[in-house]
Amino acid sequence: MSVAPQIPAPQKATLEQHGAKAHSDGGWDASEKGFIPVQTRSERFSSVLHDDFPAVTGQEVDWKLSPVDLLRPLIDDELDGSEYELAAPDAVGAVVEWVPRDDARVGSAGKPEDRASANAWSSTQKVLSITLSGETPVALGVDRTGFGSTPRGAHTVITATKHTSAHVVIRSTGAAHVVENLEIVVEDGADLTLVSLQEWDDDAIHLASHFAQVGRDAKLTHIIVSLSGKVVRVNPSVHLSGEGSSAELYGLYFADAGQHLEQRVYLHHEAANTKGRVNYKGALQGAGARTVWVGDVLIGRQASGTDSYEQNRNLVLTEGTRADSIPNLEIETGDILGAGHASATGRFDDEQLFYLQARGITEAEARRLVVIGFLSEIVQKIGDAALEAYLHEKIEWELSASASQGGAA
Amino acid sequence: MSVLAVKDLHVSVETEQGTKQILKGVDLTVNQGEIHAIMGPNGSGKSTLAYSIAGHPKYHVESGSVTLDGVEVLTMSVDQRARAGLFLAMQYPVEIPGVRVADFLRTAKTALDGEAPALRPWIKEVNEAMKGLRMDKTFSERNVNEGFSGGEKKRHEILQLELLKPRFAILDETDSGLDVDALKVVSEGVNRAKAATGLGVLLITHYTRILRYIKPDFVHVFVDGKIAEEGGPELAERLEDEGYDRFLPNSSESASASVV
Ligand SMILES: Nc1ncnc2c1ncn2[C@@H]1O[C@H](COP(=O)(O)OP(=O)(O)OP(=O)(O)O)[C@@H](O)[C@H]1O
Ligand SMILES: [Mg+2]
Repeated sequence: MSVAPQIPAPQKATLEQHGAKAHSDGGWDASEKGFIPVQTRSERFSSVLHDDFPAVTGQEVDWKLSPVDLLRPLIDDELDGSEYELAAPDAVGAVVEWVPRDDARVGSAGKPEDRASANAWSSTQKVLSITLSGETPVALGVDRTGFGSTPRGAHTVITATKHTSAHVVIRSTGAAHVVENLEIVVEDGADLTLVSLQEWDDDAIHLASHFAQVGRDAKLTHIIVSLSGKVVRVNPSVHLSGEGSSAELYGLYFADAGQHLEQRVYLHHEAANTKGRVNYKGALQGAGARTVWVGDVLIGRQASGTDSYEQNRNLVLTEGTRADSIPNLEIETGDILGAGHASATGRFDDEQLFYLQARGITEAEARRLVVIGFLSEIVQKIGDAALEAYLHEKIEWELSASASQGGAA
Repeated sequence: MSVLAVKDLHVSVETEQGTKQILKGVDLTVNQGEIHAIMGPNGSGKSTLAYSIAGHPKYHVESGSVTLDGVEVLTMSVDQRARAGLFLAMQYPVEIPGVRVADFLRTAKTALDGEAPALRPWIKEVNEAMKGLRMDKTFSERNVNEGFSGGEKKRHEILQLELLKPRFAILDETDSGLDVDALKVVSEGVNRAKAATGLGVLLITHYTRILRYIKPDFVHVFVDGKIAEEGGPELAERLEDEGYDRFLPNSSESASASVV
């Protein structure tokens, strides 16, 4: 059966298109069938104004897998946009400061694509600005501890200036009911690693939109680690806008009983000779553990010589969990090096368990090794030995904690 | 003296076409310090025998017994069998992403001994064993079998054999895919293990080549799920010259490839 060709998207997206049916699945399949997407991912509507977005029904393509009822206050209510508590020990080459929302840096990496993100944008009074520069590599840790439980909006702009090499860890703990925008500007020739570590209290709700622009010959390594919180939804959208730029986007998540961990990744190859690698890995354990991964990769018309690969793997440890995994690949130029995607959600590999057990290792220990091994592929990307060791411990703890809640498969 | 005894073993697997009988009454006794070679055509059930003894969940034992010094092994879990002293060097070792060889070896040793080995002597022992098998030191930092070549996987199996010191080892086509040099290195490893611990070995192979380096005391011809003939090392020579034809009622039928 052939699908009738549809009218190509207009140059400017209209509001009506910003909805459930406007989502493109893109990719090779679509073009083989002669199907022209109604709207490419790059034409999704964006605005900094809350009112520009229609009310959220929960049926929209970018909300339908989220527990919208729990998110209503962040999507629609008035938000506290004042400064919050954080600790950022002095680091050579890093300037951490609160700036007014009309600062020139605000808005340099992107604009909201959903109503919650726009709500945060318009509510924020003070923007946290992190500027990284200098000849020697910069290492910065920011600890965000004080969001509290009233609904909040937040905004951060991270700028890695030209040719700077920097490693930044933003760690979030404690209570939170927050929606935030985080802008990342990687200027020409800069090399930034950003680790966003979510270790919230169990009842925390956190929505985040990350917007990144990666300049000429610049590199962004972006790592999301979500280990706790009731609902944590982090959506990075990364634009390889400079020629020869590259991005490695990693994610690690471990959902326990009743947790919803979501990540919607968008990687846009805009310029020529860009390289992208997306790799997200998750584990689910306990009744009602829920994860969502959506990976949209768009290879634009100018992006000749693109090399792109994205994958998501989920390891299901117990009954009663649900993992959604949706890769989309949209290609607008034929002149690329390569593009591919993979997605898999499964239980333990019996052959791996057998191999370990055949060496005398008990089944429980074998499972533990396999899970830690599975997730450590991402942990190893963090590039900070102390943090890597800490995360291994944390994962062990997650495993034993949720197993003792009565859930081992 | 330790004895591994297989008696009238019948094993089946579930396939899409239904239950398939693979082992049809295997009898075999291996004493400590003996080397038994098992040779037979593809698909005759050699790997099935190996996996069944090790306890792979895919294989269903219909009847028969496998005992280690008189104790039934078939009721034990896979790890209990290993702790009882059985070892299987696999035909196709699996990759285990994210688990470093060094951690894996230490975890296995700890599980087998019931206590962690003293660190310094252990590291020394691992390094020496790796050296003996001409394995680069960097292997211990790599993930188990991940990206290993066929030959490297086999060396890694024999490394475990030397370090974990089982009483009985089943080597499933450890020689396949090895070049002559690697074959010698791996064979020396097996011989070292035997000299050190008085290991009993069940060596599954298609080729007499390895039997020049690891001298069998007995050779068994495995056909259609059971042992069709037994003899000394001279039987291997005969098989090399004559093939299995005389054991096969219809030689084209048994040429099916292995899926294990
Ligand atoms: N899971 C399975 N499903 C279907 N058939 C199976 C399965 N496992 C084994 N078999 C079949 O059982 C028979 C014996 O297989 P086995 O691997 O034991 O043979 P083998 O003697 O080791 O062969 P090779 O020399 O090729 O390694 C083969 O016909 C094989 O196809
Ligand atoms: Mg076999």
